[in-house]
Amino acid sequence: MPTLFFYAFAVLALISSILVIVKKDPVASALSLILVFFAFAGIYALLEAHLVAALQILVYAGAVMVLFVFVIMLLHDPRKLSEKNATGAWVAVPVVLLFFTQLVMVFRDSPVSSFEGGFSPEQIEVWGGNTEVIAETMFSKYLFPFELISVLLLAAMVGAIALSKRHSQRSWNS
Amino acid sequence: MGSSAMVGMVLFPWMGFLINGLGYWFFQSSSHQKKWSSAVAGSIGTLCMLFSCALAWNFFFQFLGLPAEARVLEYAGFSWISLGKLQVDLGLRLDSLSSLFVCVITLVGSLIHLYSIGYMKEDPTPGKFFAYLNLFCFFMLILVLGDSFPVVFLGWEGVGLCSYLLIGYWYQDQAKAQAGKKAFLVNRIGDFGFLLGVFLVFTTFGTLAFEPLKHAVLNAVGVERSIQWICGLLFVGCMGKSAQIPLYIWLPDAMAGPTPVSALIHAATMVTSGIYLVTRLNFLFTLAPWVLHTMAWVGAFTAFFAASIALCQRDIKKVLAYSTVSQLGYMFLGCGVGAFGAGVFHVITHAFFKALLFLGAGSVIHGMHEEQDLFKMGGLRKEMPHTFLMVALGWLAICGIPPFSGFFSKDEILGHAFHGSWGLWVLGVITAAMTAFYMTRFFYLAFLGRSRHASVHVHESGWNMLMPLQVLGFFSVFAGFLGIPHASWLEHWLEPILGLSIHEPNGMEWPLMFISVLAAVLGMIWSFSKYRRFDPCEAQAFPRLAHFLEHQGYVNEGLHTLFVVALQRVSFFAWSVLDIKWIDGFVLGVSSLATQLGGLFRLLQTGVVQHYLLMVLMGLLMSTGYWMYVQG
Amino acid sequence: MIVESWILLSFCALIFCVGLLGVLLRRNLLVILMSIELMLNAINLTFVSFSYQLQDIHGQVCVFFVIALAASESAVGLALVIAWFRTMKTTDTYAMQYLRESP
Repeated sequence: MPTLFFYAFAVLALISSILVIVKKDPVASALSLILVFFAFAGIYALLEAHLVAALQILVYAGAVMVLFVFVIMLLHDPRKLSEKNATGAWVAVPVVLLFFTQLVMVFRDSPVSSFEGGFSPEQIEVWGGNTEVIAETMFSKYLFPFELISVLLLAAMVGAIALSKRHSQRSWNS
Repeated sequence: MGSSAMVGMVLFPWMGFLINGLGYWFFQSSSHQKKWSSAVAGSIGTLCMLFSCALAWNFFFQFLGLPAEARVLEYAGFSWISLGKLQVDLGLRLDSLSSLFVCVITLVGSLIHLYSIGYMKEDPTPGKFFAYLNLFCFFMLILVLGDSFPVVFLGWEGVGLCSYLLIGYWYQDQAKAQAGKKAFLVNRIGDFGFLLGVFLVFTTFGTLAFEPLKHAVLNAVGVERSIQWICGLLFVGCMGKSAQIPLYIWLPDAMAGPTPVSALIHAATMVTSGIYLVTRLNFLFTLAPWVLHTMAWVGAFTAFFAASIALCQRDIKKVLAYSTVSQLGYMFLGCGVGAFGAGVFHVITHAFFKALLFLGAGSVIHGMHEEQDLFKMGGLRKEMPHTFLMVALGWLAICGIPPFSGFFSKDEILGHAFHGSWGLWVLGVITAAMTAFYMTRFFYLAFLGRSRHASVHVHESGWNMLMPLQVLGFFSVFAGFLGIPHASWLEHWLEPILGLSIHEPNGMEWPLMFISVLAAVLGMIWSFSKYRRFDPCEAQAFPRLAHFLEHQGYVNEGLHTLFVVALQRVSFFAWSVLDIKWIDGFVLGVSSLATQLGGLFRLLQTGVVQHYLLMVLMGLLMSTGYWMYVQG
Repeated sequence: MIVESWILLSFCALIFCVGLLGVLLRRNLLVILMSIELMLNAINLTFVSFSYQLQDIHGQVCVFFVIALAASESAVGLALVIAWFRTMKTTDTYAMQYLRESP
């Protein structure tokens, strides 16, 4: 049963991602991308990564894509919708296909690791669930990266504001 | 006296060169512009030569008192070249052979230095002249005293250099400078053969010094082939230095130099280096019969051909030049039939009478105010009696009239030639007749008959030019008695070098002698009768042949076309096609290839980031693909 | 295991390659940025699938950080796009050929 669900979500994600890159209208691409995120959230849930699934929807589909849509709307000009084709298609597609083939070969032929990380679903249940375990790990082992991430977010915020600020004609001393 | 005195004998001319050279350079050429006069320079030069001469003759008389084996004085010099197997010391060796040469060189050299004081009186740079003359004598002494090939070669090259410097002494005249260049270049060809021979000696026998070489040759087996090659190559060197066919062409042109130079270098000393070398190495040459055979025939033909050209020359010095070539041919003929002693004998007598003839010609030229055309002379007997008398002695000597010196030495050679091959003897006798003819022509046209130079006032030369003539005249008359047949002091003297002389008694000697004298006398008589009623405007007897011979057989023109023009064509082709078209084309092509490749690669820089990303991806693909292939 | 690990990973690779094609082939800046987001998501799925396969929680922790990074990166990127658009009045990447080698 879960296998079926997985394949359903996977097909949905695949089709949506292809639509992202194929559609001429950026708004349509953005909407397809949101669909991709939802499908991914479903797959995460199937893979017992509940927190990640939730975060995916909250952050990605909820915040990042909203930002994208805002900017698309800001810059969008419906008159200039037609976009000329990219020139390197003949080379790019085979190269990427080759790359994909290489990756698949690597994944197929590499032996399955027998490493047991100790975080089996039963053990997670014992420890209080997925979120608690992640939180526990985050604030003990990954505390420093966590703090750094907050600084990074601050920097990104400042940068984004500084870059997109409209510079007025007013002089400094007035 | 010992080896240090021998070194002193060699170094006296070197000192003269230094003093004259520095004096000239300091006083005349650079700052003071005062002339370093002929009297001063000449006296210094002559004095140095006289010291050398005194030492040389002293050694000779000392040797006379010693037994044959003890007539050796060696100077083991410093180690000159030391490279593994090649060990060469700068050593000198005075023995029977080299003492003879040294005596002749220093004596004739001193006389010519004395003569030059008068001859070069009006020359603007006599200091340079005497410096060069002394340098020449220095190198010549090294040549004959060297005890190994490199030392001899040092002298060999040195005399070649001085010959060039002295022939082109009046270098402001283009033709004279060209003559000097020609002498040097033709000599160089001979030197190339010489050097190859020396290399072969070293690789075959491992030593370059003469005494060890003698022992090595006597004990060696299986080296006949190498010895033939060695002797052949060394003979090429001798051909260049001693003016045999085909490398004789420089000697007639060398008459462009001052007459004392012609007398010293091209009659008495430098051109005899070839014969000296052959005699010194007789132990090698006797093991190479083919080479000796060739040597004899080359010598005979050279003698004949040069004599025939001399028959028709108008320039007084050219006659003597071709005469020198002819007599050198005789010497090689003698050596070629195994009579090395006879060759050396003729060297000695020839040195005296040829130097005498040249100095006499110089006296005539000086007296005639630089006129050199025989057709414009005549009757000088009355105006230059002393010169006339001395030149007459030289003339009789060269014609081979007994009891003058030339008769004894030439006859010795002809006698041995008859035993070698009667064809050689016939050529020799014919050449002797021709020699007599053209020398009588020379003598008659210059001194006897009616005067053809009415407008020129001729004066006799001074004592410093006549005295050398007298000394040389004395030796031209009496030097022949060194080698009287069957009582030859010279053969005996040279035994340590040449081995015991064998005298086969045969009945042919007196008839041969008689025939050669008869040929000479007939030549003289015919020449007298022909030139008694000489009229320069009259047509010649065989006009075409005479014209051919007067232009020296067109040998120079032929060689020019054959070698010089061909070389110019080849080098032009090499320059225009090989160098400009191919090599430059290739090199420039490489650079233009680089530029074009660069242009090709420049097309990749489109400025579009996605293209760059694609290239990154391709690189990643290749590296992971290779890694996967390696992993299997 | 609901599905074999190599299938899961290949699916991630597939989404990644789709995003890669989008980056290489599209000329609109915004679509390129969206394709980059797609690639990042594929990476997230790879982390999670390894966490699932190896029964380790650390993969999911990494996903946490990746999401934060991706968000900040897209914010700055979009700010750049806005700044660019103000000057160039276009989002066509083929208009930005300033580093082109002129023949």
